[in-house]
Amino acid sequence: MIEVKNVNKSFSGNQVLSDINTSFEKGKVNLIIGQSGQGKSVLAKCMVGLHEVDSGEVLFDGRDFTKMDRLQRSEIRQEIGMLFQGSALFDSMTVEENIMFPLAMFTKMTKGEMLNRVNFCLERVNLSGKNNLLPDECSGGMQKRIGIARAIAMNPKYLFCDEPNSGLDPKTSILIDGLIKDITKEYQTTTIVITHDMNSVIEIGDNILFIHQGKKWWQGDRQSIITTDNPEIMSFVFASEFMKEIRSSMLEKRS
Amino acid sequence: MKIIRNIGKYFLMLLVVFTRPRKWNIFFKRLFDELNGIGINSLPIVALMSTFIGGVISLQTASNMTSPLLPDYTIGYITQSSTILEFSPTIISLILAGKVGSNIASEIGTMRVTEQIDALEIMGVNSLNFLVLPKVTAAILFFPVLVIFSMALSMIGGWLALILSDLSTTETYVLGLRAFFVPSNINYALTKTVVFGFLIVSIASFYGYYVKGGSLDVGKASTQAVVSSSVSILIANFLLTQMILL
Repeated sequence: MIEVKNVNKSFSGNQVLSDINTSFEKGKVNLIIGQSGQGKSVLAKCMVGLHEVDSGEVLFDGRDFTKMDRLQRSEIRQEIGMLFQGSALFDSMTVEENIMFPLAMFTKMTKGEMLNRVNFCLERVNLSGKNNLLPDECSGGMQKRIGIARAIAMNPKYLFCDEPNSGLDPKTSILIDGLIKDITKEYQTTTIVITHDMNSVIEIGDNILFIHQGKKWWQGDRQSIITTDNPEIMSFVFASEFMKEIRSSMLEKRS
Repeated sequence: MKIIRNIGKYFLMLLVVFTRPRKWNIFFKRLFDELNGIGINSLPIVALMSTFIGGVISLQTASNMTSPLLPDYTIGYITQSSTILEFSPTIISLILAGKVGSNIASEIGTMRVTEQIDALEIMGVNSLNFLVLPKVTAAILFFPVLVIFSMALSMIGGWLALILSDLSTTETYVLGLRAFFVPSNINYALTKTVVFGFLIVSIASFYGYYVKGGSLDVGKASTQAVVSSSVSILIANFLLTQMILL
């Protein structure tokens, strides 16, 4: 479980996050949604220490990350897997070396054991046999899946995904969403997904946090987001006619 | 004000760079990669520059030998002393600042803007230590080798130019190379080279690591890295000459 308590963050006097209080539960896909520039990515980066908070606490199963030194953070970070928006694969390394990298860095596994783990992770994301490809030889969807394979290589307790569906076609997006959901349930990770993808909101959002103007505006699950009459949520999630129709039909079904 | 802030940030960066690597086998693997990337790959440009400039130094000296009081071996002596004292350590380092410095700044800068450095940090890796320490170590170890190589080729270039132009004999040129040779000048040259290597790689890494924005900013950082490391080489050259030679 990750708890965020009274987190504030500003850049050059511009308040980006204001008094954020929330928690993300284990074994659930927790989504952070909101319009661009509202502070979603900043919140996620504050949680993993890529940005320092101005005030507040971020607790990883009770351990306050904000108060830790570099070495202590390094220990916690070995329990974190992260999928980046642009995949952030090391472009000088092959797929196999990318996934093997955290294992070689932090474990005492033999080469054979590491290779077994790499093959298992690749199989998990349906990319068996792609070990020797370089990242630029892979499609966007494949790169995302390799990113997931690298993120789960160390059996993380916490999985962060920054806009995992951006730039992907709808079919691949659904595949990635399914993968994130399955991994969360299978390994009981605390998963946090930053997304703009409304399909993800409806399909995998066990817990949804809506950030607006740097504040926690709304929090609930995928059922309650359908029924909420919060105007900001309505204008963001159900902005298009198509989404409005989906909402009406879902509400009709429920009634 | 920005300069002072950057200098402070640079020294803080060095504190993080010079920590114990987490895994020595990974460090040595990266060190050998960098020895190849920074060192071996620089051999052709160093060879080309050194041979031609050595030739030009000896030809220019020969063209100025108008006084009959100057012995013929002066050409060899001037080539030797200018190569050892200034050309090989300083000019080659300035050339390497352009080649190696821009390469490092753009490599690390690209890793920054494509979030690869964030990925390292999230894994719990000390990214500065992982990325920069092998590069700095490789430069400190290999730049002296490059400079010794440059000294030799520069003198060979001078000899070739004289012989092909029929301006002197091999015996006279070699006599000049050996005349008034001061062995401690080699120490001075190599000490300068180690300092310059360190400055080039650490400054380029600094600009690459702290780049913000996109590909345009990586280009700007690369240019800034070359300019700053070149200026720092000139300042360090002056200070080291004051300290060692005088």
